[in-house]
Amino acid sequence: MIRVDSVNLSFSHEGEVNQVLQGISFAVKAEGSCAIIGPSGCGKTSLLFLLAGLLQPDAGTITITGSPRTGTILQHYGLFPWKTVVENIGLGLQLKGEAKDRIGARVEGLLAEMGLTGFGRHYPAQLSGGMQQRVAMARALAIEPQILFMDEPLSSLDALSRERLQNLILQVWRDKRITTILVTHSIEEAVYLGRQIIVLSQRPGRILQIVDNPGAGSREYRQTEQFFHNCNQLRRILKEEDHGPEA
Amino acid sequence: MGRKRDILIAALILVGLWQVSALLLDSMALPEPWIVLVDTASKIADGSLLDDLAISTFRALSGIILALAAAVPLGLAVGAEDSLRRRLSPFIYLLYPIPHVVLLPLIIILFGIGNFSKIFLIALIVFFQILVTTRDAARNIHRNYFHSMQTLGATRLQIYRHVILPASLPKILTAMRISIGTAVAILFFVESFATTTGLGYIIMDSWGRADYVALYTGISCMALLGFALYLLLDRLERRICAWTRTD
Repeated sequence: MIRVDSVNLSFSHEGEVNQVLQGISFAVKAEGSCAIIGPSGCGKTSLLFLLAGLLQPDAGTITITGSPRTGTILQHYGLFPWKTVVENIGLGLQLKGEAKDRIGARVEGLLAEMGLTGFGRHYPAQLSGGMQQRVAMARALAIEPQILFMDEPLSSLDALSRERLQNLILQVWRDKRITTILVTHSIEEAVYLGRQIIVLSQRPGRILQIVDNPGAGSREYRQTEQFFHNCNQLRRILKEEDHGPEA
Repeated sequence: MGRKRDILIAALILVGLWQVSALLLDSMALPEPWIVLVDTASKIADGSLLDDLAISTFRALSGIILALAAAVPLGLAVGAEDSLRRRLSPFIYLLYPIPHVVLLPLIIILFGIGNFSKIFLIALIVFFQILVTTRDAARNIHRNYFHSMQTLGATRLQIYRHVILPASLPKILTAMRISIGTAVAILFFVESFATTTGLGYIIMDSWGRADYVALYTGISCMALLGFALYLLLDRLERRICAWTRTD
């Protein structure tokens, strides 16, 4: 269970204080899936960094019960270009001091699971964007996390690899029962992957609405009436935020 | 293979130019390359040049290694640790532009005229070149790499090993490339007086005796020494920075 309570965040740069997030409160229950969406610059990445413990709030609290293992996938510069695919994936386990043969077996299994067999000795720069994201996914999964934080993991991919990876995220969430928190700027992605969708306003980011989306969680959902309805609802909320209510 | 062939062709062209100039100039001061080649080969074969070549190589290599051992850890720490950078950068700023070669008399007063003084001066000069480059490289690493390490639960030492050092290595090696040229130049300077060994001595001694063939033999060997160090570095780079040649 993740509970966020009245969180504020600001950055100060050269004496100028910039309010990034304001009065953010929500909760995600264990094994839930939550998408965070909002206009660019609204602070959604900062919110994810707060949840992942990479930033500390100015005010308010973030409670994650049971101190679970967490995996994080960042938008850019997540993989280490100086490490091979195998070294990247195994790094989390290596840092924890796991035995070499155990790491090897685990990485081998993940390569197969992510469709990366045969690419273990490649460097990230030698892979396509979609494959790089699958390596990032494998690295996050290597430590068997109970929560997965993802910051726009698919934003730089073409439509087809994007869809394939969305299905992969869905599968990971369903099969491994991992709580997933996903930041995205794509409405369809949010509705496809988040049972709970948090819509943020423009900076300073406040929660405009939390949309319940219980249908998410199956591949067929994309073709349903409910999916389109929820996409439209999200589009309307975001548009109003952009232009004010339509006359 | 193409690169090796190109280098060989370039070498042949340079020797050709030398040959043409020697013929045109027709002066004792510029002997033909084959005469120098024969002289070098015979001196190496009878062992009279080997000692000087060995001692010069030893001095240059020791100087570079000593400088590396001190400059790389210090540069990484000063670059990566804000507090250390704030405290030490002003000192580097003041000490770096000094022409350190003028410290030679002081070094000789302190350490005598033996090998250590020579190695120390080479090390001192190369130290600052590598220090400044290493510091700047360690400072400009994208913060997402640190975030990734943080989410994997890395200690500070692990961050040095897996991020700061490997991310800085390509620039450190570039600095070393420049340093090899500097080291050989300083080698000549420190061997040009108060010693009777080394290639620098051979050059100065032949010059004094107006033995031009021996003079060019010394110069050629000095050039070969620099070239050999360069090749060694190339090898090293290919081994430890394979990832930079992946695009």
